[in-house]
Amino acid sequence: MNTFLKITASALAMALAAGAAHAEGKLSVYHWFEYIPQELLDKFAAEYDIEVTMDTFDSNEAMLASLKAGKLGSYDVTVPGDYMVEIMAGEGMLDTFTPSELSNFGNIMPQWVDVSFDNGRHSSIPYQWGTTSFSVNRDVYKGDINTTDILFNPPAELRGKINVLDSQGELLALASLHLGIPQCSTDREQLKALNALVQEAKPYWASFGSDIAKDVLVSGDAAVGMIWSGFSAKARSEGANIEYAFPKQGYVVWMDNMVLLKDAPNRDNALKFMNFLLEPENAAAVTNYAQYTAGVTGTEPFLSDDVKNSPESNPPASPVGSFVQACTQDVQKVYDTIWTNLKK
Amino acid sequence: MAGALTTSKASNNSTYAGLGNLLMLPSWLIIGFFLVLPVGMMLIYSFLTKEFRGGIIWEFSLAAYDQFFFDRGLFGDDPAKIEWTYIKIFWRSIWQAAVATFFCLIIGFPTAWFIATRTGNSRSIWLFLITIPYWVNLLIRTISMKFLIRDTGPMNEFLISTGIISDPIHIINTNFAVQLGLFYSYLPFMVLPIYASVERYNFSLSEAAADLYASRLTILQKIILPTVKPGIIAGCILVFVPSLGAFLAPDLLGGAKNFMIGSLIEEQFKGNAGNWPFGAAVSMILLSMVLIVLTYYARQQSKEGRR
Repeated sequence: MNTFLKITASALAMALAAGAAHAEGKLSVYHWFEYIPQELLDKFAAEYDIEVTMDTFDSNEAMLASLKAGKLGSYDVTVPGDYMVEIMAGEGMLDTFTPSELSNFGNIMPQWVDVSFDNGRHSSIPYQWGTTSFSVNRDVYKGDINTTDILFNPPAELRGKINVLDSQGELLALASLHLGIPQCSTDREQLKALNALVQEAKPYWASFGSDIAKDVLVSGDAAVGMIWSGFSAKARSEGANIEYAFPKQGYVVWMDNMVLLKDAPNRDNALKFMNFLLEPENAAAVTNYAQYTAGVTGTEPFLSDDVKNSPESNPPASPVGSFVQACTQDVQKVYDTIWTNLKK
Repeated sequence: MAGALTTSKASNNSTYAGLGNLLMLPSWLIIGFFLVLPVGMMLIYSFLTKEFRGGIIWEFSLAAYDQFFFDRGLFGDDPAKIEWTYIKIFWRSIWQAAVATFFCLIIGFPTAWFIATRTGNSRSIWLFLITIPYWVNLLIRTISMKFLIRDTGPMNEFLISTGIISDPIHIINTNFAVQLGLFYSYLPFMVLPIYASVERYNFSLSEAAADLYASRLTILQKIILPTVKPGIIAGCILVFVPSLGAFLAPDLLGGAKNFMIGSLIEEQFKGNAGNWPFGAAVSMILLSMVLIVLTYYARQQSKEGRR
């Protein structure tokens, strides 16, 4: 027993000493799954002598719920989408900084500084932006794919072979574009039409899933997959013969942003990390990995050719994409009912 | 024999006299912290007002239960009708869980019987084999199942290459896939309790019955089943209850097209809905249902005990 205690004590002491010697400080990141290369985290850890820990989430809403359920105060930074930045700011979950605290603030592309969801960038920096639409397996279907009919009124050969993202906001946004009605419409007839549209389209869909969106296209389980642009590029590079659509009715464009959380336990390290990500070389490393587009100037020299010329990352001049809007409470309630009806 | 038992019990009592309550403390703490407190929180939350985008406001409200039982249309201002949506979801979950339990029983009972009738060493090897797959995380097992059964998976490719079928058997994203997943996930929970009661079964009873000209069926019905019944019922409960709240299998194998109770509750906390009181209310309704079934079972048991 005595020996056991001694060994435990010395092991504990060694562990503590090792921990202390290992890193100057800590950084706790709450991030999307598969969205940052491990090498980049290692590079940051080595350069600043900071121990980085990361947890992941799979939707903006899941991240918000987890922070609200008591995780706020344990993470330093997280990566909400555009509309979610606005929601989190409204909930008082974000800390602010001044541009002078980030020496690389000037690297942010001018069009991404005064954005509607964080005018002047006081809580957030651009992480990556991309689009959401769908990809079609060209072995299965050869016709025109640049129409949202592919999802909501598909040709016979694609019926029952469609995976849609399990994401209320993006799916109902695409459905609204298909109908040509504004997002978060308060008009009752339009909301009824939206409800009817997704109800009628559901029998054509094989599955709802976000984290599986790439795999079902690669494996051939689905011939059409509603998907994020970079995820589609990855599926293509893994061998799927797919083409990403830019539908004439429109598509969703989004920007993910790294935000500084309120009560961040390591605020200084969080700012160091954000500044690190604004270095063109590091922003390019994320782009090369995730295959979206950085909101930082000067990344071109560091981008791989595949990513630079990827059809998914180069939307046509027209049509243009639209951001998902955060609905008011009344409309959100109807959206929730539509969603529950859809999956009952 | 009976006298000896009583004496030893009495001496135990005097040894620990006065310490009783103190020794119970760990159990009370565990029950308090991990059972009473969370369930109490759920109960309270289910009667509070929902905050937009998740969270609660400390104001009493019946809105969550109202939403469960009454349908007020898409815009919430139609006259109230009975809401079938959630009852359907409950019914679907109960049905899926029941089918999974049924197949677990059909496969699990002979398996348990087989293991229990082996001799010492090979018996432990069989038991060991049953537990091996369960060293792997449930998520990974469910995803592996998905890879196995999909249209382009090894099972279909094998059947097609041997010429038994020409088109793949479509299993993935169907209710059958969900039942298969549940069945596979919870099979040992059926095998182990039945094994435990078959192991205690005295096989000379079967011989005695056979000597008295009982047919094999009669032996099974009148002698074996009543003896191992507690094991069967325990196994059924252990499979049925977790299947009822499962959400991994419906999401991954069923394509998440239809809510089960588990995914409906998850959606209230993790999804866009962000309706915590409603999630708590659905959980309370599920909990009450399970409680009623278990209480009924316990009363039946004690009745039989008295008989």
